[in-house]
Amino acid sequence: MKDIIQELHDRRENARLGGGQRRIDAQHAKGKLTARERIELLLDEGSFEEYDTFVAHRCTDFGMEHNRPYGDGVVTGWGTINGRMVYVFSQDFTVLGGSVSATHAQKICKIMDMAMQNGAPVIGLNDSGGARIQEGVDALAGYADIFQKNIEASGVIPQISVIMGPCAGGAVYSPAMTDFIFMVKDTSYMFVTGPDVVKTVTNEIVTAEELGGASTHTKKSSVADGAFENDVEALAEVRRLVDFLPLNNREKPPVRPFFDEVDRVEASLDTLIPDNPNMPYDMKELIAKVSDEGDFYEIQKDFAGNIITGFIRLEGQTVGVVANQPLVLAGVLDIDSSRKAARFVRFCDCFEIPILTLVDVPGFLPGTAQEYNGVIKHGAKLLFAYGEATVPMVTVITRKAYGGAYDVMASKHMKADVNYAWPTAQIAVMGARGAAEIIHRADLGNPEKIKAHADAYEDRFANPFIAAERGFIDEVIQPRSTRRRVARAFAMLRNKQQSMPWKKHNNIPL
Amino acid sequence: MFEKILIANRGEIACRVIKTARKMGLKTVAVYSDADKHALHVEMADEAVHIGPPQANQSYIVIDRIMEAIAKSGAQAVHPGYGFLSENAKFAEALDKAGVAFIGPPKGAIEAMGDKITSKKIAQEAGVSTVPGYMGLINDADEAVRISQQVGYPVMIKASAGGGGKGMRIAWNDRDCREGFQSSKNEAANSFGDDRIFIEKFVTQPRHIEIQVLCDAHGNGIYLNERECSIQRRNQKVVEEAPSPFLDAATRKAMGEQSVALAKAVGYTSAGTVEFIVDGDRNFYFLEMNTRLQVEHPVTELITGVDLVEQMIRVASGEPLSISQDDVKIDGWAIENRLYAEDPYRNFLPSIGRLTRYRPPAEGPLGDGIVRNDTGVYEGGEISMYYDPMIAKLCTWAPTRAQAIEVMRNALDSFEVEGIGHNLPFVAAVMDHPKFIAGEMTTAFIAEEYPDGFDGVTLEDAHLRRVAAAAAAMNRVAEIRRTRVTGTLGNHERRVGSDWVVSLQASEFTVKIAADHGGSTVRFEDGAEIRVEGAWTPGMSLARMTVDGESLVLKVDKITQGFRLRTRGADLKVNIRSPRQAELARLMPEKLPPDTSRLLLCPMPGLIVKIDVEEGQEVQEGQALCTVEAMKMENILRAEKTGVVAKINAGPGDSLAVDDVIMEFE
Repeated sequence: MKDIIQELHDRRENARLGGGQRRIDAQHAKGKLTARERIELLLDEGSFEEYDTFVAHRCTDFGMEHNRPYGDGVVTGWGTINGRMVYVFSQDFTVLGGSVSATHAQKICKIMDMAMQNGAPVIGLNDSGGARIQEGVDALAGYADIFQKNIEASGVIPQISVIMGPCAGGAVYSPAMTDFIFMVKDTSYMFVTGPDVVKTVTNEIVTAEELGGASTHTKKSSVADGAFENDVEALAEVRRLVDFLPLNNREKPPVRPFFDEVDRVEASLDTLIPDNPNMPYDMKELIAKVSDEGDFYEIQKDFAGNIITGFIRLEGQTVGVVANQPLVLAGVLDIDSSRKAARFVRFCDCFEIPILTLVDVPGFLPGTAQEYNGVIKHGAKLLFAYGEATVPMVTVITRKAYGGAYDVMASKHMKADVNYAWPTAQIAVMGARGAAEIIHRADLGNPEKIKAHADAYEDRFANPFIAAERGFIDEVIQPRSTRRRVARAFAMLRNKQQSMPWKKHNNIPL
Repeated sequence: MFEKILIANRGEIACRVIKTARKMGLKTVAVYSDADKHALHVEMADEAVHIGPPQANQSYIVIDRIMEAIAKSGAQAVHPGYGFLSENAKFAEALDKAGVAFIGPPKGAIEAMGDKITSKKIAQEAGVSTVPGYMGLINDADEAVRISQQVGYPVMIKASAGGGGKGMRIAWNDRDCREGFQSSKNEAANSFGDDRIFIEKFVTQPRHIEIQVLCDAHGNGIYLNERECSIQRRNQKVVEEAPSPFLDAATRKAMGEQSVALAKAVGYTSAGTVEFIVDGDRNFYFLEMNTRLQVEHPVTELITGVDLVEQMIRVASGEPLSISQDDVKIDGWAIENRLYAEDPYRNFLPSIGRLTRYRPPAEGPLGDGIVRNDTGVYEGGEISMYYDPMIAKLCTWAPTRAQAIEVMRNALDSFEVEGIGHNLPFVAAVMDHPKFIAGEMTTAFIAEEYPDGFDGVTLEDAHLRRVAAAAAAMNRVAEIRRTRVTGTLGNHERRVGSDWVVSLQASEFTVKIAADHGGSTVRFEDGAEIRVEGAWTPGMSLARMTVDGESLVLKVDKITQGFRLRTRGADLKVNIRSPRQAELARLMPEKLPPDTSRLLLCPMPGLIVKIDVEEGQEVQEGQALCTVEAMKMENILRAEKTGVVAKINAGPGDSLAVDDVIMEFE
């Protein structure tokens, strides 16, 4: 018996070494941690339960039968993050380059099935050279199996991808279908075709970093939701994100003790809106002053800065925030910001996370660049996302809410539950000057008259009270009391139940 | 006594005058420009009168505007504060004509002391010690050299109308003297339209020490001891204290008596300040007389118990002084730090904008002393580009100088200012500087001790350990809270360990925390133990901890795996990790900050108005590269060195954040 137990130990030891010390050292030399080290950082100490430690591939082509390492290039199992269950797979670059084989894929699918059945998020740590070429179509089939699981799991459990090394070719489409993608700066990249193929086909000369590094995907393509300095920081921040997320779509978002006053008054918010309506201000100050302990987890912070998305807590419970940012492009809605916010709103709605919308929007961005690229359909995504959402929604208009953008930004008409406005709010079809020029076209040649008309329009509409008279605004509130008002509104909505007509699924304009 | 007074000023000094007026039962009238519509002084006053656009030369220093405000409000007297119209004889005259009292000296005294040469002559005649030199006007370089030889090198060549270092040269020999004479003359002509030059002895190891005087209209005059104001940056006082750690009783008495004599010689009434330069041997020389309330007057009030503003008002209303020279004592020690919206890490560049957070320490008792904070701003208010970027004057008083410094350290540590750059870390560093602690400073203190500017404070090991212990204890609280979340797997909750590795400022400490009801005991690897107590909970921006019985105040921001902690002028990134996390973190490559020498970075948040160059263009040092508009100010960014523009990343209309890359050079 002792010998047998010893053999188990030996085999485990062998599996834990992955591709051997030399490859581990090489991984470290690149500034990367090994698959198992990453799991240690992601999960609570000692909580990891590994499965399929001894899985090995069954390929016999190209001499592969002589190289059958335990684990087959991926470590899978489950553990806890601050005591809450998550499933994890971590590709092991030291074993066959982390390449995906049929059995490698099988391991990933196994824990994804468990995650869906048992209701816990899946976190994938990606570091793989791609499909295992020796296996041919078996490897491709394996990828497709993972894709299919990603699709089935979407909206059932949160799926988080962390790109911690190469992720190229078909491999990118698994992370692409998860809820969040994070990257590690300088050591990770993602692209469909690499720099060599790009050069052959399009004659473009580009480095892997330029083509698909963290900066590209967080700032240009918006494929990634965030980037971190190194493996340690990335995994710590994923833990922080998981603290905000419900485990599955049958559960409410998590609640934890909070050290803040629900009725905290912030007198300084009374002066947040500058006297000059054309001066910007930082909407993040309002977010920080409304949220518990000023804690804000921003999603896609480097992309489409004219809209802000992310998570806060109110009374200890997660709330998703969507806010126009007057500091960037005056907070205008455009293709990028609409897409960014729409996806975020849909994530929140999937997982019963209430949504707080902070509005200061001058309208949609005009121009051929926008129209040619389909701002109509992209803008519609955000409209659609808000309109289909059934989670508690509270909206605060701080300043401008002009035109169609007013409707889009979680207005009363899009089923928001509680709509507040600050006294500084201006709810109108457009800015006063533009309106005057259209209504009083005859006076266009007379600047004095136009000014008088504009002033008259402003007096009439540059305030929240016309909308409040119609009940489109539930209450005009003092800026300083925003936290208390919003927190109480969400408290009132805790048992909100709303449903949409039965359908197979909707047809959001993609 | 008056019933209603107008304060022809803004900011902290207007607020400070209103406080005393209110205490005396007087009604107050504030004046304000467009930029000050929501200012604190407007809110504090009983009435407020709008006097024009933001620019001071169209509002606060326009005599007619102020006279209109007086007429409108019916104020019987005007306190001018400092700056603006406070030393303007024409203003005093206009008030006189209108039959309104000026809470300040008579017009003649302002005029007499307003000119450097005249004032020095009067001082000499009144028996005040003056710097040896030639009082008359100097016509040419030969005459300048002859006079310099008589006075003895080194000498200072100065413009009569000068100020702020303009038109000033130091000469150590005849050659310096010839050159300096000509350049001072040119500079004076250009800057002041007045090229009169005089020469005086250059004082070595100079200290700036000034005497507060107070005179009434009945021939009484007293001095209220001195203020040491040697710590200056570019002639701008930063730290002041009273008394001076350098003066002895005899020197104090001599300086005080000469100051009163000078005041009497010009028929001075009200509060005034006689500035002296004092050399290493306690020889003192008259510099000038400021015929107004000084910025730094609170330190005098704190050690004498005299409310100078109250005395000014009483004197102006004709009352005789109720204090005699014998009543004036020195009680304890007072220090003032001027908090400016100037970013010490960016060469003290003014930083304007919104105060997203402004929480000064509570006024009143703190530790062994008391705190006084004279301020004109509030959280959510604006530091405007139009005026002096002063945020507050933070003063502390205690029985001894060492105690006053210690109270100041605590007060600075708990002073929260966010949203703009400010010099708080810098003055905190000065409070811990050995030369300041020893009281050994000259007017060259900042230039000599911070020759390359200020780049933060490095804490010594013992202090670092105390911060590390506090951080470990705070982190434990935060980590335990993270485990108290809903949805945990019953019986398999995370247990927060007691072993941690704290890394900060290139040091790493392995510690073990034992927590009990009263706090935590943090044990270091070498066996040393530090006791940490304090009620910090996550989200609190200020941690008031007691570490080994001593107070430690930290400004706290959350970062990944730890905190950003600020204390004593140090700005620390503190990581607290489990031993295993720390082991793996050590494997992470050190990432050096990107080399920005080949980049043009946006120095402030703003809008690109114009790009003056093209890609591939060669630019010369000093050539304009682009214009950034920030707060309606157009700032021209210039090439720091000759080079070729490789890439331009921004165009007109782009709105940029601080440190965004505008263009790259080859």
